[in-house]
Amino acid sequence: MKTLEELNAVRAQMEGEVALRTHDSSSSKYERHVLVCGGTGCTSSGSMKIIETLEKEIAENGLKDKVQVVKTGCFGLCALGPIMIVYPEGTFYSMMSVDHIPRIVKEHLLGGNPVKEYLYDETVDGDNIKALDETAFYKKQHRVALRNCGVINPECINEYIGRGGYEALGKVLKEMTPDEVVQTILDSGLRGRGGGGFPTGMKWKLAKNIVQGGQKYVCCNADEGDPGAFMDRSVLEGDPHVVLEAMAIAGYAIGANQGYIYVRAEYPIAVQRLEIAIKQARENGLLGENIFGTDFSFDIGLRLGAGAFVCGEETALMTSIEGNRGEPRPRPPFPAEKGLFGKPTLLNNVETYANIPQIILNGAEWFASMGTEKSRGTKVFAVGGKINNTGLVEIPMGTTLRTVIEEIGGGIPNGKKFKAAQTGGPSGGCIPAEHLDIPIDYDNLISIGSMMGSGGLIVMDEDNCMVDIAKFFLQFTVDESCGKCTPCRVGTRRLLEILDKITKGQGTLEDIDKLEELCYYIKANALCGLGQTAPNPVLSTLKYFRNEYIAHVVDKKCEAGVCRDLLSYEIVKDNCIGCGMCAKQCPAGAISRTDYVAPGKKLAAMEIDKTKCVKCGACMGVCKPKAIIKK
Amino acid sequence: MGSKKKAAPFNGTPEQEKQLKEVIASLKDDKGCLMPIMQHAQEIYGYLPIEVQTMIAEGTGFPLEKVYGVATFYAQFSLYPKGKYKISVCLGTACYVKGSGDIYDKLIEKLGIEGGECTPDGKFSLEACRCIGACGLAPVMTINDDVYGRLTPDMLDDILAKYAD
Repeated sequence: MKTLEELNAVRAQMEGEVALRTHDSSSSKYERHVLVCGGTGCTSSGSMKIIETLEKEIAENGLKDKVQVVKTGCFGLCALGPIMIVYPEGTFYSMMSVDHIPRIVKEHLLGGNPVKEYLYDETVDGDNIKALDETAFYKKQHRVALRNCGVINPECINEYIGRGGYEALGKVLKEMTPDEVVQTILDSGLRGRGGGGFPTGMKWKLAKNIVQGGQKYVCCNADEGDPGAFMDRSVLEGDPHVVLEAMAIAGYAIGANQGYIYVRAEYPIAVQRLEIAIKQARENGLLGENIFGTDFSFDIGLRLGAGAFVCGEETALMTSIEGNRGEPRPRPPFPAEKGLFGKPTLLNNVETYANIPQIILNGAEWFASMGTEKSRGTKVFAVGGKINNTGLVEIPMGTTLRTVIEEIGGGIPNGKKFKAAQTGGPSGGCIPAEHLDIPIDYDNLISIGSMMGSGGLIVMDEDNCMVDIAKFFLQFTVDESCGKCTPCRVGTRRLLEILDKITKGQGTLEDIDKLEELCYYIKANALCGLGQTAPNPVLSTLKYFRNEYIAHVVDKKCEAGVCRDLLSYEIVKDNCIGCGMCAKQCPAGAISRTDYVAPGKKLAAMEIDKTKCVKCGACMGVCKPKAIIKK
Repeated sequence: MGSKKKAAPFNGTPEQEKQLKEVIASLKDDKGCLMPIMQHAQEIYGYLPIEVQTMIAEGTGFPLEKVYGVATFYAQFSLYPKGKYKISVCLGTACYVKGSGDIYDKLIEKLGIEGGECTPDGKFSLEACRCIGACGLAPVMTINDDVYGRLTPDMLDDILAKYAD
């Protein structure tokens, strides 16, 4: 593909096909497309088998020319996987199993009648069947970065082109100067989606303005290390070309001819799709020498991480690409001056890049019209934990947490009470119920002691202990600290020890003060962003849930029933039927029979000897009348 | 914990050595080639004992201490052999709040090994990992390439029984 005309020809040919997936079937050669999610979540629950069976059944029923099966990236509603969508209707089959396929093929694909019992509950309303985009989960979302995820086959470059792909690259190369590109990104107000929220245009401008006539690099940070965040993975799995296109645009803007993507090795599907995408882009002349016949050349290499959280920090990431231990270094010099291999380098995160082609095509004003004054555009969140609709959600900045959790997320399972939402991963904090109505943007989250981070949003209910959660994050930081600077290497370990003491019921009120003091010390003195933010989980839980810390220290109680050393198990004798199952289960021989027979019961009740009990909870699991309580 | 792990004697084959030499020859002129070479080496041998690190150092010209430094920095590089079946329990936040800590503890109890160790018969090794991105299925563990989601501790016996051979 050497010219824009050739690109347009491919687009014209593919446009009709992909339009079917926006309910427009007028110019597709197929009657229906069946989209099956091939993201990590659905693949883990067996979607590859579904695709295999589907293709077999379709062939056997003579539908091969009428129905196309498409393996897509993530649809977002991972909790309901494996997911299958039938277009043009947009019918939404959830929790698919191989056994469902023959009926769906016969009744729906052949007969035209969706099989209601396999559809996602919410879409069935009597005879009326709602499409995927009409459900509560999707209705309030606004998809920019995820625009192609779950719509196209990520292993097919032509489908990406059919959705307008590589048009933005053509536009910048033919119609815009590098200065105009940088100005557009500046005007859009886009800020880095990986954590800190630094203005992206500013980064581009700095990297562009370094003039030394030599080599420059464009890097993509795909080392998504926050546990519980998977938005970058989903973009790479569902729409890898958008990242390649954006990196090429960035290369043109700053004057670089080589890019590197640093991706976690824990994401094998993302790595594989990126490899395919890079190969296809090279074959089509969209990466390589003289793109679209201009004098701009650009190529991209892939580098795999090897399981080090700190490599998500920009200086550590570049040190790792160079083939060293991934330790951060002090800034300045900033990467724009002295980055990868000592050369000026531009580094952005996956989701940031995923916004770029749309900003170029639709203009800075279009992007700036979404979101809040200081945080433009949309943000993708990976919503997980104690929530019904676990999955990926893209919302305009300024949406409230309440909307995300209660409306899009479908609330908390089992009628439990909301306790906190954790954002920003190990660098962020816990947000309590009183702040649920704050509009989400970079600055608001920081003002309430958390941060945007890369977009993980973990919901916690009344069964989660906040001291335990703080301990969990500190355990993570201690494991992942690279060890280069003392405040992080030693300080986080001391924090963990104090937290451990508190959860074991050995803490004092003085420990809480020490904890706080040490947190501020680490924040002020650690070398890199990860160390400086490592105390945030402790500080935010201390700020909003101090009473839980005090209950652990003073009353030696864990209300949520998590901290094992503070729990005791008891049998409510009047509810005990004396079956003796608990005594059989008990590994410590701590349960024996009493003389007391409860009114209306035939056998004498059991009791637990607290001096022998190891608090494993095995008895509680087998007690039919639920006579055993934990307090 | 390191002292508890007993390294099995190294028994690399000439074919493995030939493969490694080919990888080194094809990559060693790339910028930042050390990590990709080590990743390939771990695929070939399953782990990176000092013998393999020495071969890499000699083949690339990097000092052995640099190779060792990189090998010990990253969690995915292992200096010890792993089990035939590698069990990896996700202790990412989404899995943790849904009880993956209990799953991990139960496996330690059932297998009789600590995290990072391998059973004496070489069959199972256990490790904790941080988020494989299947948060929708939390809590999650993987055994080699198989993913098990929505776990409860009482499912573990049935799952382990599948790997009886």
